[in-house]
Amino acid sequence: MRAVKILERVLVTIPIVLGVAILVFLFIRLTPGDPVDIMMGQGGAVSEGEMEQLRKEFHLDEPLPVQLWLFLKDAVRGDLGYSYVLKRPVTQLISERLPATIELALGSLVISLLIAFPIGIISAVRQNSAVDRLSMAGAFLGISMPSFWLGIILILLFSVQLKWLPVQGRIGFDAQLQNITGYFVLDSLLSGNRIAFWSSLRHLILPSLTLGAPVAAVVARVLRSSMLETLRSDYVTLARSKGASEWIVVLKHALRNALIPTVTVVGLQVGILLGGNMIVEEVFGWPGLGRMVVSAIFDRDFPLIQGTVMIYAFTFVMANLIVDVMYTYLNPKIEL
Amino acid sequence: MEATPELETFWQRSAYLWRIRLRVWRHNFTEFLGELRNHPMALLGGLVIILFFIMALFAEQIAPHDPVRGNLRVRLDPPSWIEGGSWEYPMGTDAQGRDLLTRIIYGSRISLLVGVLSVGASVLVGVFLGALAGYYRGWFDTLVSRFADLLLAFPFLIFAIGMMAFLGPGFTNLILALTFKGWVEFYRLVRGEMLSEKTQEYVEAARVAGLSHPAIILKEILPNIIQSVFVLGTLRMGHMIIMEASLSFLGLGIPPSIPAWGSMVAAGRDYMLVAWWVASLPGIAILVLVLAINLFGEGLRDILDPRLKVDV
Amino acid sequence: MHNGNLLEIRNLTTIFPGRRGDVRAVDSLDLNMRAGEILGIVGESGCGKSTVLLSILRLIRHPGYISDGEIRFRGVDLRQLNSSAMRQVRGKEISMIFQDPQTTLNPAFLVGEQIREALRLHHIIPGRKMPWPFDAALRRHEKQRVLEVMREVGIPSPIDRYVAYPHQFSGGMQQRALIAAALVCGPTLLLADEPTTALDVTIQAQIVELMLRINKERGTAIILVTHDLGLAAEFCQRIAVMYAGRIVEQGNVEQVVMHPRHPYTQGLLNCRPRISMRELRVQPIRGNVPDLAELPFGCAFAPRCEHVQDVCRIGPVPMVTEPDGHINRCLVHTGFQRQENWQWSDRVERTV
Repeated sequence: MRAVKILERVLVTIPIVLGVAILVFLFIRLTPGDPVDIMMGQGGAVSEGEMEQLRKEFHLDEPLPVQLWLFLKDAVRGDLGYSYVLKRPVTQLISERLPATIELALGSLVISLLIAFPIGIISAVRQNSAVDRLSMAGAFLGISMPSFWLGIILILLFSVQLKWLPVQGRIGFDAQLQNITGYFVLDSLLSGNRIAFWSSLRHLILPSLTLGAPVAAVVARVLRSSMLETLRSDYVTLARSKGASEWIVVLKHALRNALIPTVTVVGLQVGILLGGNMIVEEVFGWPGLGRMVVSAIFDRDFPLIQGTVMIYAFTFVMANLIVDVMYTYLNPKIEL
Repeated sequence: MEATPELETFWQRSAYLWRIRLRVWRHNFTEFLGELRNHPMALLGGLVIILFFIMALFAEQIAPHDPVRGNLRVRLDPPSWIEGGSWEYPMGTDAQGRDLLTRIIYGSRISLLVGVLSVGASVLVGVFLGALAGYYRGWFDTLVSRFADLLLAFPFLIFAIGMMAFLGPGFTNLILALTFKGWVEFYRLVRGEMLSEKTQEYVEAARVAGLSHPAIILKEILPNIIQSVFVLGTLRMGHMIIMEASLSFLGLGIPPSIPAWGSMVAAGRDYMLVAWWVASLPGIAILVLVLAINLFGEGLRDILDPRLKVDV
Repeated sequence: MHNGNLLEIRNLTTIFPGRRGDVRAVDSLDLNMRAGEILGIVGESGCGKSTVLLSILRLIRHPGYISDGEIRFRGVDLRQLNSSAMRQVRGKEISMIFQDPQTTLNPAFLVGEQIREALRLHHIIPGRKMPWPFDAALRRHEKQRVLEVMREVGIPSPIDRYVAYPHQFSGGMQQRALIAAALVCGPTLLLADEPTTALDVTIQAQIVELMLRINKERGTAIILVTHDLGLAAEFCQRIAVMYAGRIVEQGNVEQVVMHPRHPYTQGLLNCRPRISMRELRVQPIRGNVPDLAELPFGCAFAPRCEHVQDVCRIGPVPMVTEPDGHINRCLVHTGFQRQENWQWSDRVERTV
């Protein structure tokens, strides 16, 4: 039953992914300006014949539907085209940068949940207490704060003023890390390089905090309000009447049910993680997808932009798929 | 009781209707103001918003200096409350010797304008499409809804950045990019409300009374939905302002010649080690404005439409 | 100390602070109960009868609190216990079943596991040294016990039902599961808060029968809270009628139903649809359920009473015990004067 449901959800995402690809493709192709001109860019004198040659090579002389078909066919095989500016396959560029971005996204997800869950639970249990008011005020601040500014403030405070944490980058220069998977924290563990491990972890803290803060704020708010609801429910009274301690009542009975709406919201927050990613990578000099796409925009490197935006959208769709699947596990009523 | 008005012609009838409607709205508004007293934070937010609007409107009169041309002799002067600062430049100066306070005051114009225009355009598009799709259903609904689903597959900032990449920086392009993604939420709200309102009895009654479909949508249903749209619009405005600031920060939004908070922060980053105020003070302006809007919006939601499940 | 009563409640007062002043949901309540007895508490909704049950278990939700009184269970005042000792009583000695089984079972957990929970919390079945998740034998024994109880309360094919979720149960089955969860540790007192209200009439009868059987076979004492005087008359041995947080009449079934003293009890009896020769007659009590925050100074029922006299409004009405143990709180009935063989309670309630 559940497997069928999940398969159904997977199938539903296929047209969405396809639509995303088509939309991105159309945006690029309908933008005024000849791609070949951009490709040549500062190159200077290029003969008409060479331009024709390039047009043929990139199928730019074909009608739009044919171009679309060729693009989709290549994309399915994992070929997202060829960067005009960096002169390398887009897929290769993306897969080089992806680990950094994923490491940052996971780091901020972990940090935000580590912040949001205790705060959300305690605020609900101690409703209207000083702790509750203070953390909800903080959460409200968190959702009203532009992340680039938060990043700068954190740098000013922890790096410049207190000198606790590094300002920029993924790892210190002194840590000689052998690149295995591209995930520095994982790599340093695999190679047993303790210096690199601490260095990469220290570099990860501030960017993750910056990216995770708005997520933590939203999740804490949602968790608190759904905990307030479940704490008022009859089944919590039942659990108490059975002799359950307050710990079991809150962390088992109330939290388990409050997770259902919270997980949906966490899924939506992945969008913030991905979008904010560009900003945070820019602020912290984090060598990931976000920085690459921003510089690609200034270079008008359309295939690279196209490929990266597609990867972002694809990740977002996948994240929501995972959340949907988790939802079916958390909420037994879905199964029917 | 007033005398029975002449209701002979169409114009007389509609003028009478509008008079009543205006009176109802005015009544609701005074009631709303009374309710605000129970939401002090929302009231505070509203006042701060008004303050920012005044600041934006009278920037020329208020601002002590020229926003664009600086005095290179006072580059990176600290704010007045810090050693070496002066009251001439209350919040210090930036790298080109321009008064930060002046630029923050001028920057409020961009933020407010972007917030109001992008939300306004999103509301127009979203309400129009949502009302049609929700009322008539059919192929139009399917088409627009599928397109909306497609747009939902993109994170907001990614989509805006992507669009700005193709459109190029600029004010109009920015509004376009924000609206292109922003209308979806209003569409979904209005379409959903339309679907449920349509089954209500008063719609049936209007139909029996001989009203045309457009008249039912405009006169009967939309007035019942408009409060929710208003609440959602307020709550989305802060989001739009942050989006604009983020784009400007990346250099993809407002051209750097115009003072905007996002680009001011970006410019200040280079001098972070020597002059922290250049990057942080414009950010505080964003924070205060967005905070005020969100506080006001949440209060508005609690008063007007508590069942609306939207969040900041 | 222990004079044979299973439960003795003295002067129990439970207060919910409100904007317009404190609400005394339960006001100076006295109750006695013998082991194995079935006691009914009857009253309109909002009269505080459910609060009595929650007060016994000390589960009054903040900001409500028990302000005064004793709750002696087997001679021990529950109000004096610390919270961990109180948890030992809940579910093990005294357990509760609730009004709406649909919202009372936790939707996220298997029904069987929810029944098992009390067993595990109170370590009813002695386990080995291993922690619970690894002690297979203990878990098997526990499951065995749960299946027995499920069978006892009439849940068919309990092995399949053990691994089902609450929403896969019908309302009657959900209530049976809740009763099983309440019985699994073998409590001596069962508090039933309108256990049949949310159910169909035919299922109501089944549940009532089940509870009677449990009372007979296990000797479990039951307090049944209900708004249905007829149900209480069928089911209980003694009945207490509550109005506005106080007991206004108490006695055995015959006394209360056949010879009601208090006009409110009479009103409740008239409310029940009776089919006479000609017509279906229902005589509602006039007026509304009183606002507990603004009770009149005298008899709380005075504004709705048909026999009300000026004297009823003067001050608090004392409780009167007739020689046969029939208790009531009505001046009209006592003829406004002391009678030789009636015992007056001399406690002054509700100080101004």
